[in-house]
Amino acid sequence: MDKKRLGELFRPYLMIAPAMAGICLFVLYPIIFLGYLSLYDYNLMNKAKSKFIGFENFAEIFSRGDFYKSLSNTVIYTAGVVVLTLLLSLVIAVWLSKKSKFNVFVQAGIFTPHVVSIVSIALVWLWMMEPNLGFLNYVLKALGLPPSQWLQSSESALMSVILVSVWQGIGYYVLIIVAALQSISPSIYEAAALDNASKLKVFWKITLPMISPQLFFILVIMTIGSFKVFDTVKVMTGGGPNNATNTLVYYIFENRTTNIGYASATGVVLMMIIALLTFVYFRLLSRRVHYQ
Amino acid sequence: MASIEFVRVTKSFDKQEVIKDLDLKIEDGKFTVLVGPSGCGKTTLLRMIAGLDPQTSGSVLINGKDVSRIAPGQRGVAMVFQNYAIYPTMSVRENIEFGLKNNKVGKAERTELVESISRAVGLYDYLDRKPSTLSGGQRQRVALARAMVKKPSVFLMDEPLSNLDAKLRVQMRIELIELHKKLGTTFVYVTHDQVEAMSMADTIVLMNKGVIQQEAPPDRMYRQPSNCFTAQFIGVPPMNIAELGANGVKYGFRPESANLSAEPGDELFSLRGRIATREMLGSETIYQVRSGSGAFMIKCREDLFAVDQEAYVGVPADKLNFFGPDERRIEARDSSYRDYLEALRGQRHG
Repeated sequence: MDKKRLGELFRPYLMIAPAMAGICLFVLYPIIFLGYLSLYDYNLMNKAKSKFIGFENFAEIFSRGDFYKSLSNTVIYTAGVVVLTLLLSLVIAVWLSKKSKFNVFVQAGIFTPHVVSIVSIALVWLWMMEPNLGFLNYVLKALGLPPSQWLQSSESALMSVILVSVWQGIGYYVLIIVAALQSISPSIYEAAALDNASKLKVFWKITLPMISPQLFFILVIMTIGSFKVFDTVKVMTGGGPNNATNTLVYYIFENRTTNIGYASATGVVLMMIIALLTFVYFRLLSRRVHYQ
Repeated sequence: MASIEFVRVTKSFDKQEVIKDLDLKIEDGKFTVLVGPSGCGKTTLLRMIAGLDPQTSGSVLINGKDVSRIAPGQRGVAMVFQNYAIYPTMSVRENIEFGLKNNKVGKAERTELVESISRAVGLYDYLDRKPSTLSGGQRQRVALARAMVKKPSVFLMDEPLSNLDAKLRVQMRIELIELHKKLGTTFVYVTHDQVEAMSMADTIVLMNKGVIQQEAPPDRMYRQPSNCFTAQFIGVPPMNIAELGANGVKYGFRPESANLSAEPGDELFSLRGRIATREMLGSETIYQVRSGSGAFMIKCREDLFAVDQEAYVGVPADKLNFFGPDERRIEARDSSYRDYLEALRGQRHG
């Protein structure tokens, strides 16, 4: 009898044990190890020479100018990508929400960059953005506009990286918003028409609140993703020119061999920032998001 | 208050004509029910009045004024949708208020209107709730309140009760009749349920395949159906109709017009048959009687017969209906009516 009860007690834990083992091994352990590394002056060549230094790595992070530079770059990059992508994909989605063959075609076109590897995209754009022979400057000149230095000037480099990221990501988010728009019952719009609502009012008071869960999801996902941007920077600029496009993750990457403890500490800081930001989003916006 | 008129209205969807050259006048202040099987065009008519799916040709007049070019929100009509179409992200108050805000009604007046209407439909305690927390019946009331608060001259309702459970539906039916009496505005109500039509309407407009079959008050619709379709659409069970066997004419009678007896009676129409099924419903019993000329449904107050028993069906002359080869009703004043009566008398006990 007792044996049976004991079995019943442990069975659920036994059932979830494989999944928990996976989580411990692949999620918890790396995070804890990251925290552990961040407290050490870690020597990759000779583990015995590693030294526990407490929060010294963190103290160093917050006293170094290049950290603040990459932090501000990351913030600007994130704000630019999130705002531009949200606005553009919303506008395009509203335009494409009517089901027609042409719209499906356009939507497929916009989605295509999402299927292509970001490395290939970055390389193609790198080529197009070449100041002397590139396609973009050719177009600008043809239109009688002043050419840009794109990635080669510290003033326009970050903006150029933002442009590529927005271009690559937009199709995916359009897809999500179009699906959200199409799920709104047409009779709600008919009711609004009978309520004498103007188009603008319908958009602000009905459409936007109805798709707010999806917009909020995009906002959170994209903020987290943008804070962790790496591949575009790595391929297109390598953080340059003059650290103009150095972002947090690239900064960590740069320090990976010379000072793994310091890099880990930066990783912890990045994690904290993202957690804090997500928390702030939920606190500020949860009342504006309407789940049904 | 307003009358509504359709003048030679045609509506097509993707080049397929759903309604062709339809003329209809809906009287001011009446409760008019558009009824018919699904796909008959009744909802299409309603949406044309609202302006949601404007007619392809012809004109729709509200109060004598052509509204073809007027936006839905400015026609002075309010509509209750089948799925209620409540704005899910707004509170009950905001839902009711939305139309008023768009029509630039002042805040003080708005609050007063919303509160008095919500009291009238029993939603006052729920004003700040979200629709998702309300029951089906309460949502229905929100939809009604939203329509009422605008004080429209025409109320349009598209199967508003079809999502409610049977008990609530009967209750709402009575409430709608009372509401119509209180407001005195024109109600246009669409349903596929003939019981709803019979119970609420001042005038029933019965449609089939985009064509109006009959337009009459419920009692006339029931007693003098103008064709076979009407006779068999209205009434549960529908009218019994069978071939007379002369000139393609058909005869028919209501299930409750027939007397069922063990011995042949002295009615004009009499028929011997066997009870095939028996449905005991409490206050009445419905028998299906099979005979050589077909199966007939008979409704009796008393429950006297058993299945497989032999019985006589008798129908008095004044309860018989005749329909011509074109399925139209043959009136009693028609010269051939008497001949058909005699023909039927000749088939006694068939």
